[in-house]
Amino acid sequence: MTLKPFLEVKNLNVAFPTEDGLVQASNDISFTVARGETLAVVGESGSGKSVTSLAVMGLHDRKRTQITGQAFLNLDSGPIDVISADDEVVRKLRGKAMSMIFQDPMSALHPYYSIGNQLIEAWSLYNEGDKAAGKKRAIEMLDLVGIPDASKRVDEFPHQFSGGMRQRVMIAMALINNPSLLIADEPTTALDVTVQSQILQLIREMQKEFNMALILITHDLGVVAEVADRVNVMYAGKIVESGGAEDIYYRPDHPYSIGLLNSIPKIGELDSRRLVAIPGQPPSLIHLPQGCSFRARCSFSDRVANKLCATTAPTLDTKTTEHFSRCHLPESELVKARKESGGI
Amino acid sequence: MLKYLARRLSATFLVITLVSMSVFGIFAVLPMDPAALTCGKACSAPVIEANRHRLGLDVPVQVQYGRFVKGLFVGRDFGEGAAAFHCPAPAFGYSFNRHECVTTLVAEAFPVTLSLAVGAFVLWLSVGVSLGILAARKKNEWQDRAATAFVLIGTSLPTFISGILILLFVALKFNLINPIEMGRWVSPLEDPVAWFRTFIFPWIVLALLYAATYTRFTRSNVIETSTEDYIRTARAKGLNERDILRKHTLRAALAPIITLAGLDFAGLLGGAIITEGIFNLPGLGRLSIRAVLRDYDLPTILATTILAAVFVIVANLLVDILYAYIDPRVRVAS
Repeated sequence: MTLKPFLEVKNLNVAFPTEDGLVQASNDISFTVARGETLAVVGESGSGKSVTSLAVMGLHDRKRTQITGQAFLNLDSGPIDVISADDEVVRKLRGKAMSMIFQDPMSALHPYYSIGNQLIEAWSLYNEGDKAAGKKRAIEMLDLVGIPDASKRVDEFPHQFSGGMRQRVMIAMALINNPSLLIADEPTTALDVTVQSQILQLIREMQKEFNMALILITHDLGVVAEVADRVNVMYAGKIVESGGAEDIYYRPDHPYSIGLLNSIPKIGELDSRRLVAIPGQPPSLIHLPQGCSFRARCSFSDRVANKLCATTAPTLDTKTTEHFSRCHLPESELVKARKESGGI
Repeated sequence: MLKYLARRLSATFLVITLVSMSVFGIFAVLPMDPAALTCGKACSAPVIEANRHRLGLDVPVQVQYGRFVKGLFVGRDFGEGAAAFHCPAPAFGYSFNRHECVTTLVAEAFPVTLSLAVGAFVLWLSVGVSLGILAARKKNEWQDRAATAFVLIGTSLPTFISGILILLFVALKFNLINPIEMGRWVSPLEDPVAWFRTFIFPWIVLALLYAATYTRFTRSNVIETSTEDYIRTARAKGLNERDILRKHTLRAALAPIITLAGLDFAGLLGGAIITEGIFNLPGLGRLSIRAVLRDYDLPTILATTILAAVFVIVANLLVDILYAYIDPRVRVAS
């Protein structure tokens, strides 16, 4: 891939001033996503996954959010930094250059407007043409995302659709203007397990069809394994590990990633073992502890010399090519840690 | 939808029947004798009995109710022979004090109350809703604080205070109202300017109270709707803020206001007793209060009570139909 990646996020910080202090929700985030590539962002609730994406989409209320850093969209017409760009400029990129689908399809569609109406509205923002043309395109998209009998159902209302079908509608609406970047914020979390895999499959197909850059936010590592090219693991507002999906799965370089992987049940495992939970709670984003944010929950921090974890925050370092981790543990200790904690 | 309408209509009819029956029943057991009220203190028993017969009060209450209902449809004669007083349908009864069919009294008073209610309604709805939207959009800024102050004043000033204040210190002080002609009913079709001058202050008094409530209600609804997921979806689509507000937020935020507005308007149609009193408007409110406090005019009280109930019931029906039109979820569920 010689082309420049479509999205380049550099040193992005998102903070919310509150009465108790500044909540540092995203902390010095940098990553890139190219067209046709899938980046999975994993981490528990409050780790900054969504906050980062919403900042890229320009969906934070600027009055109540402090955003610094850069996020370049490399458009055909040249790069635009969506963080520093004018509100109106970013608005015109939404739905056109970048789209987003959300966690809960039950509430993400307007209950008072028909499906067709909502799709046509999205289409007509960026296309010339009358309602009939828009409706034709809407039916086409609904067909594409697998809504049966699309020409009839286009006139129905959201409450007449099931959760999975509504998420398909959301996908159709997000893709109706052929965006180059799709951010899917936990698109399957609110759905039945059987429907989850269908929706995931659909998102992958659509990504190929439209050759999009895809950011998939999730806390389901099974989902990640299935679709991701690269993975960012986030903890307490920071990326703690970043690398290829295989690297993260087979050679996790951060105790948090190791913990996450250990907490997944594996079907077909011969000797049954207890699932391992990561002890403790994530730290407050207002008063981050000195040193490593994960230290209090880490089972290996005592192996780092000079109590470095307590005093110095680790930086995101290269462990191997294209694989970064924010941990003081030397590689030899990490190999041991992987083995000890369940032999990933 | 047709089935739903038929069901709602029959239910409405049933409720109106029940309301009229209970109102009738209550008046039948009141410790007042309507026949005795028809003449002064020096009245003799035979005269009372004659009047009782003449008013149709000498038969059992269910028969009276039957005659009352019949009168609504075909009209009714009070008394017999040459002394008979005919009230054409719909006859609500005969007001002995005023020597007039109740229907005539109501028909005279109704346009006044209707004018009052319609004008106040338009005023409070436009002021209340737009102020509410403004306050929500400028949350915590000075516009919002000003609206909050208005809400506080509006809701805490009862109409009998705001009415008198406005009458004395604005309308009369600046000669905007002629005290002699005050409250004279002028049809808007004959003299729109005089009509407007008669009603503008009563409108303001009533609207002040209601607009405050609507400002508060609209503000909180708009703020709440703005946080809905589908508003975020609209923003993610690339819609501009004006369209998001107009097409997405307001559609959902204002729907509940229809219910509120319909019922408030219907309530006003039954008569705004205090405001009509202050501005000397000969509307239904004054008709009722005079019938209750001065004349003990039971047929008139009966008529205005039933009418007020009917307004509310019909408004309920209309609001539900309108709501089904606005919210597709109601449409299908019904």
